[in-house]
Order: sequence, then C-alpha cells, then structure tokens
Amino acid sequence: MEENLNKHSDVSAADLDRLNKEAQSEATPAAAKIIWDEFKADRPAMIALFIVVGFILFVMIGSLFINTPKMMETNIMNYNAAPGTSGFWLGADSAGRSIAQQLIVGARNSIGIAIGLTIISSVFGICWGLISGYFNGYIDWGMQRVYDFMMMLPMTMMIIVIVTIIKNYNAVTLTLIFSIFYWEGTSRLIRSRTLSESEKDYVAASKTSGTGSFNIIFREIMPNISSLIIVDTTLSFAENIGVETGLSYLGFGLPIQTPSLGTLIANANDPNNITQYWWTWLPAAALIIILCLSISYIGQVIRRSADASQRQGVSD
Amino acid sequence: MWKTVLRRIMIMIPEVIILSLLVFLLAKAMPGDPFTGSINPKADPAQLHHLMEMNGLYDPWYQQYWNWVVHLFHGNLGNSYQYQEPVARLISSRAVNTLWLALFTTVLTYCFALPMGMYAAKHEGKLPDTIIRFYTYITYSIPFFVILVIGIWIFGYVLGWFPTTGSISSTANPGISSAGSRLYHILLPGIMGALFGTVNVVQYLRSEVIDAKRSDYVRTARSKGVPEADVYKHHIFRNSLLPIAAFAGYSITGLLNGSIFTETIFSYPGMGLLFINSINYRDYTVITALVLIYGILNLLGTLLSDIILSIVDPRIRIE
Repeated sequence: MEENLNKHSDVSAADLDRLNKEAQSEATPAAAKIIWDEFKADRPAMIALFIVVGFILFVMIGSLFINTPKMMETNIMNYNAAPGTSGFWLGADSAGRSIAQQLIVGARNSIGIAIGLTIISSVFGICWGLISGYFNGYIDWGMQRVYDFMMMLPMTMMIIVIVTIIKNYNAVTLTLIFSIFYWEGTSRLIRSRTLSESEKDYVAASKTSGTGSFNIIFREIMPNISSLIIVDTTLSFAENIGVETGLSYLGFGLPIQTPSLGTLIANANDPNNITQYWWTWLPAAALIIILCLSISYIGQVIRRSADASQRQGVSD
Repeated sequence: MWKTVLRRIMIMIPEVIILSLLVFLLAKAMPGDPFTGSINPKADPAQLHHLMEMNGLYDPWYQQYWNWVVHLFHGNLGNSYQYQEPVARLISSRAVNTLWLALFTTVLTYCFALPMGMYAAKHEGKLPDTIIRFYTYITYSIPFFVILVIGIWIFGYVLGWFPTTGSISSTANPGISSAGSRLYHILLPGIMGALFGTVNVVQYLRSEVIDAKRSDYVRTARSKGVPEADVYKHHIFRNSLLPIAAFAGYSITGLLNGSIFTETIFSYPGMGLLFINSINYRDYTVITALVLIYGILNLLGTLLSDIILSIVDPRIRIE
C-alpha cells in the first residue's frame, strides 16, 4: 500500500527534502533553544547562570581538597582570628576554625541537600499532581484529603520533632525527612494544570483509541506541561536552600560537626559574634542571598521563555 | 454557603483526630524522659521509677493517648515539666505575644501591599511597575530568617534603634508606657515581616486590577465620563479588594509558621520560642499541645480564607 502511494505521489525526492526542511524551519524551535535564546537576550540572567553554575562547581571541587574532620578541630590559638591574619582569608570562628573552608564545605552540604530535596520532592509532587488531576472522582478526592492533611501540619515543628526523635541522622536521612513535607506546593500546581489539560481533545482522542492511563499521563500530558515543571523545579530549588539552612540555623538541621551555611549563620546568635566578629556569619548570609537571588532569577527567565508573549530573546 | 462551611468543618474533624494521634505518638517516641535531668543525680533510681509510674508513663500507649484526650476535653493539657505550671496557662500567656505580633504584621503587610499592588497595576509595564515587581522578586527569593538576622544586626545592634530581645522592657510601668514598650518590641520584627511578606498580596492584587481594567464595566464607567480617579476608587479597587481580604487567613497561618524563626531571632517570648525551649528540655506536654494548636490554627486560618472567598466569589460554593 505504502509503496503504491509513493509510486503515485507526484512529489519528487528533492521536493520532499525541501518541504521537510521548510517545515522544520517553520516549526516551533526546541524548548532548550528557546530558553537559551532567552538567556542570551538577558544579560543579568547570563550572569546569574554563570554565578550559580560556577559556584556549585567551585564548592563541589573545592571541598574535595578540604579535610573536614581536620578543619573542624578546635584550635584555641586562632580564637576569632580576624580576616587576613595568620593565613585565614575570612578569619576564624570562636573555636579557631577557618571560616573560608567552612563556607566551602558548608555550601556544598547545603546545596547538595537542596538539590536532593528538590529532586525527590519534585518527582513525588509531580507524580502526585498528575495522578490526582488525571483520575477525577474518588482517587482525586482521597488524594486531596491527604494533601489537606499535609497542609495542616505545622511543617517546621514536625521536622524539628522528627529530627529530635532520630538519633543518628546524616545528610541523606535529613533530605528524606524534608522531602516528606515539601511536595505539596508542586503537587497542587501540577494538579490544577493536569485538570485543565485532561479536558483537552488530544487526551480524549488518546483515550478513545485505547491508550493506557499510564501512557497518557506520563507520555502525553507530562510533556505538555513540561515548561511548568521546569519553572516550578527551579523556583523550589531556591526555596529549598532556605529550608535546610533555616533548620540548621535553629540547630535542628545538619549535626554540629557537619558545617552548613545555616550553622555558620547561627554564629550570629551570640551577641559578641553579631557585633564584633561579623566575619563568622555575614559571609554565609551574603552567600545565601546571592545564591537564592540568582537561582530565582534563572527561574523567572525560564518562566518568561515558557510564555511566548513575554519572550525577549529573538529566535532565528 | 453554610452548607459549604459545614462540609468543611466535617472534613476537619477526622483531620484533627489523626493529627492528635500523630503528635502524641511522635512525642512518645522522643528520646529521654522529663525527669532524669530535673532531679538530683544522686537520687534513687526507684524514686525516678515511681515518678514515671505516678505520671502514667509506663501505661500502654493507647491508654496514655486516651487519658490525654479525656483531659484535653476537660481543658486540661497537663503540666509543663520544665516550668512546673499548667500547660494551658503557660501557652495562653505566650500566645498573646505571638498573636499580637502576627496581627501587627498582617495589618502592616496590607498597609504596604495594597498601595503597591494598585500602583503597579495602574502603571502596568512602566517604570513603577518594574520597580515594584523587582522588589517582590527580591523579597520572595531571600530566605526570611537570613533577612531577620541581617535586620537585627543593622537596626538592633549597629544602629541601636530597636530592642534585640524580649517583648517588654523590664523598667516599663503598667499602663501607657508598658503598652508603648510592647509596641516598641514588635516594631522591628513586624515591619520586617510586613516588608518581606507582601509578595502574594501585591502579585494577586496587581493581576486582579489589570484584569478589571480591561473589563466591560470599567469601559462603561469610562465612557459615561467617570473621572479616572473615581474609576479606580469606586469601580476597580472595590471589586479587586474583596478577594484580597481572603488572603488574611492564609497570611496569619504563614506568620504562625514563621514565628519559630522570628521569635528565636528576636528572643521574643511567644509560642515559637516556647516550642524551641520545650524541644530542648523534652517537655512533652508543651510540645504536643503546641503542635496541636498550630495545626488547628492552620486549619482555622484556611477555613477563614475559604469562607471569605465563598462569600466574595459564589462560584467557589458549588460543590
């Protein structure tokens, strides 16, 4: 049949080739290219991207050269050494430990946990939202009640209570504990989009032709809301940096021997530190602010590129 | 409308029951006991044993849970082991502080956010709009506790304009000066909370007003010659403001959850600081009561917002 068609088709091979190329050039450019064009058009966005990627690479590689147990040893001779003295670029804290080294290792821990938390909670939240939004009726009702219940829980308090119960926890268990409580925002967003997406014709057509629910959800609906997913994941990454550092600041995050940006800021709880020894906590605070602003800005640029009417980048 | 509210309350009941069970079991699972630290280390272990038995800490968990719930309905939340005082009284004295701060912050948030949202929408796409959107982006992105630490450093320590601890100065006399001192102590956390909590209201109000600007009734008002200022005052603002009122419930809920950070940083004796102290002293009765109260307040905040929304927007009532 197909051969037959080809034989009778009056389009020559060369023409077909040309038509294909024309169609491709007129088609919507790939998502990655749109985003990249948007970055190229927006200089601050490029700077933000450079800061985030460069900084993450720097702390990941830099921390490999730092011996953490040795770094955390107390050395009373260097008590609150000022920046620039005795080989400490950024000074030392009240236990004589180098702030610069703690910053690098702490930033690696904080960013690592934020990345882990973002991946786990986003994957879970996306699946939850897709399934809840696609299967209306009882399944959605049941899942919504679980969601309501999770929303009611005072998150910070619950995490603190759980962290107190578990005696030996490390970065991995801590990430898992956080993940229990931080998927709701994503799931709500994805669910409302899936609800409206499920009513579209392509889903109905797919259902009629007998495609399984799993394929419809993950192969058809999910790609169609992928821009929303990317934006939400980026923005929640910035938020998640605040989650871990905040709890470590209160003393219920990473254990004391594991530096984090939060534990460094907690140096400010001591009135002496906050007034006289600013270098013990201010660099960590500044670092968090710069990181969060940059990541959040990247998220906004991606959001803009997902909406054709707001794009600034000109695609050729 | 009452049907919707009633249905919401019916759904809340099992949620509160599950929460109470969860909270109780988590508190039981916490390591340590409330007595070992507080009595003389040379005391006889048998005496400790006796204390534990007196307080029913050896009963099976369901028995303990049941006793706890029965007491709860009698308004008895137990005694705080650390403060040696009924939990209900302890918490209510702290709750006043937390609620004052939350109320003050909410009022200030609206004072800042309403003009900003209106102004940004009125000048959509122009410089003021860009500046306000940049401002909301910054306040939204930075973790709140970092801002508080920097704020207390600059305004509390370096400039010395605001007190850095407590809720009232020890030298304040009763009356006007004590009220003034209280206000003075919540001024800095309140202003900072408001400045950095405007993002939701501003963004929502802005998009509401922009939608309203293009609606038919506004065009009608304009074409019949209503002055531009009155169009905003009587037509747009009134319609856009109602949904914003619904944010109050969510806003208070958010502030309560943030109170742990605010109160720890400002050493402000409210429920959040009480929670952190109780965790450190393993004061179960206080911990369970606080988590339960915060959970119920969360529910009530959401309920309040939903009720306002359903009054304002009849479409939400359909279910």
